[in-house]
Amino acid sequence: MKKILALDSSGLVASVAVVEGDAFGSNLLAEYTVNYKKTHSQTLLPMLDEIVRMTELDLQTIDAIAVAAGPGSFTGLRIGSATAKGLGLALSKPLVAISTLDALAYNLYGTDKLICPLMDARRNQVYTGVYEFCGKELKRLIEPTAVDVKEISEKLCEMKRDVIFLGDGVPVYQKWLVEILLAEFSSCGNQYDFAPAHLNKQRAGAVGTLALRYLQEGKTQTAEEHRPDYLRLSQAERERAEKEQSNRV
Amino acid sequence: MEEKKDILILAIESSCDETAAAVVKNGREVLSNVISSQIALHTLYGGVVPEIASRKHIENINGVILQALEDANVTLKDLSAIGVTYGPGLVGALLVGVAEAKAISYAAKLPLVGVHHIEGHIAANYIEDKELTPPFVCLVVSGGHTHLVVVKDYDCYEIIGRTRDDAAGEAFDKVARAIGLGYPGGPKIDKAAREGNPEAIHFPRAKVADAPYDFSFSGVKSAVLNYLNGCKMKGEPIIEADVAASFQRAVCEVLVSHAVQAVKDYHLPKLALAGGVASNSELRRLMKEACEREGIAFYYPSPGLCTDNAAMIGAAAYYEYQKGTRHGLDLNAVPNLKLLER
Repeated sequence: MKKILALDSSGLVASVAVVEGDAFGSNLLAEYTVNYKKTHSQTLLPMLDEIVRMTELDLQTIDAIAVAAGPGSFTGLRIGSATAKGLGLALSKPLVAISTLDALAYNLYGTDKLICPLMDARRNQVYTGVYEFCGKELKRLIEPTAVDVKEISEKLCEMKRDVIFLGDGVPVYQKWLVEILLAEFSSCGNQYDFAPAHLNKQRAGAVGTLALRYLQEGKTQTAEEHRPDYLRLSQAERERAEKEQSNRV
Repeated sequence: MEEKKDILILAIESSCDETAAAVVKNGREVLSNVISSQIALHTLYGGVVPEIASRKHIENINGVILQALEDANVTLKDLSAIGVTYGPGLVGALLVGVAEAKAISYAAKLPLVGVHHIEGHIAANYIEDKELTPPFVCLVVSGGHTHLVVVKDYDCYEIIGRTRDDAAGEAFDKVARAIGLGYPGGPKIDKAAREGNPEAIHFPRAKVADAPYDFSFSGVKSAVLNYLNGCKMKGEPIIEADVAASFQRAVCEVLVSHAVQAVKDYHLPKLALAGGVASNSELRRLMKEACEREGIAFYYPSPGLCTDNAAMIGAAAYYEYQKGTRHGLDLNAVPNLKLLER
């Protein structure tokens, strides 16, 4: 039986969970999820402490620390990563980095529809990808990316499948999506849906459950080597690259 | 009689562009002091880019901490507390150190002590000179700060003077850019000035009315820019070394005269320098001369302790720890933390 401590502070939600499992099944020991105000720096560790006290957890008994490693809010990702790295350093435990989008999609385990997580990436973009379940396997049909919401909805229309949307980008772009999708989807008879409240945001339980699989497959990192996967350069780097590009032309 | 236990503090600093960790014994003895500097990276952009700094911090922080523990030949079990800078500074950069420090302190069951960055700079003097004790006057000069502080006790400060506009180091950076010396401006100007005549050009020494200890450096900065423009308009050659030397002299003279005046007015026989600009050779020289002339004991940290480092945070954390300061798991980064608010 392996035990995982999982953290997700990649978006508006802060979530901490302890998941245990083996080849026969997995069990969520505790999960604390708050979707209130973005003060993850002040909430994440107190939430972990609450779980530790409630479940009389000895942190030394965990096998790995899983963290939602991106994409997401740059600062939010770093709070989660630095917390995981600090815990990993002090406990001498490995880390498991889980894609934020993979973990979101995993919330909809077992669906036969396409899954499209949308995270608000500002600048009129979303962090997104397209997923489907093949049996127990979560498969990426479109790799995690930062794109215009129009671009991803057009791609979905071309795929001609029913789709479920979820994530904190949904309320931000819902009006646009419905406009584009109504026109396209109605013509080919496909349906779209938005995941309900208990499934549509980041859940550390999903991060931890995916991490159990990663751990079994040996896909771990040291706390020292772990870093978030932002999917995007910083603004300064982007502008510098653009300048160099235009100088070359 | 019970043997007095040594207090070992692991300190973490990530408020700007240096990722640093150190182990400090009893507030004065540095067992290790590891700094991972990002200067080369930010030079590409002509200054510190907050998002890039934050990304580098998260990449480097565990390695820096492990190195600090190894260099000091200690493990987390040997420590008494974790100290961390929680402000002022760049919020994204601070958050990396704060989140990391909190997680380590929680998992290792060690007390957490949040430290004010400027308190750290002041405390660098305790490391440099083991005999220095408050009260004394401290001139804190860096890229972000210019404060004249009366250090009444290890945990008691009064800010008697501050800059009304640019920090001294900021003026150095801006002038260095204008002369074409690049980033970071302080060391570049210091070096160029060695070849120049500090009396070649007279730049203004600003005084702030009714506030004898306050500073203003935007005037001297503008005067330099105007001088450079004037030369270009008239087609006169610009002797960069002379501009650097004259500007540096103007800034340092004001810093020295204000600090010495404060020492006299407050009847304190000691004056200390702190912050990145405290490693400026002209400032040290002028301040030393003035202190010798006036019979003031002069203290200044070695250059490695002037720029951002974690040893100084460990020294400051020690005195906070001794006072009983303990921070909780909800400690947040405070980018504009005031020296007297904590």
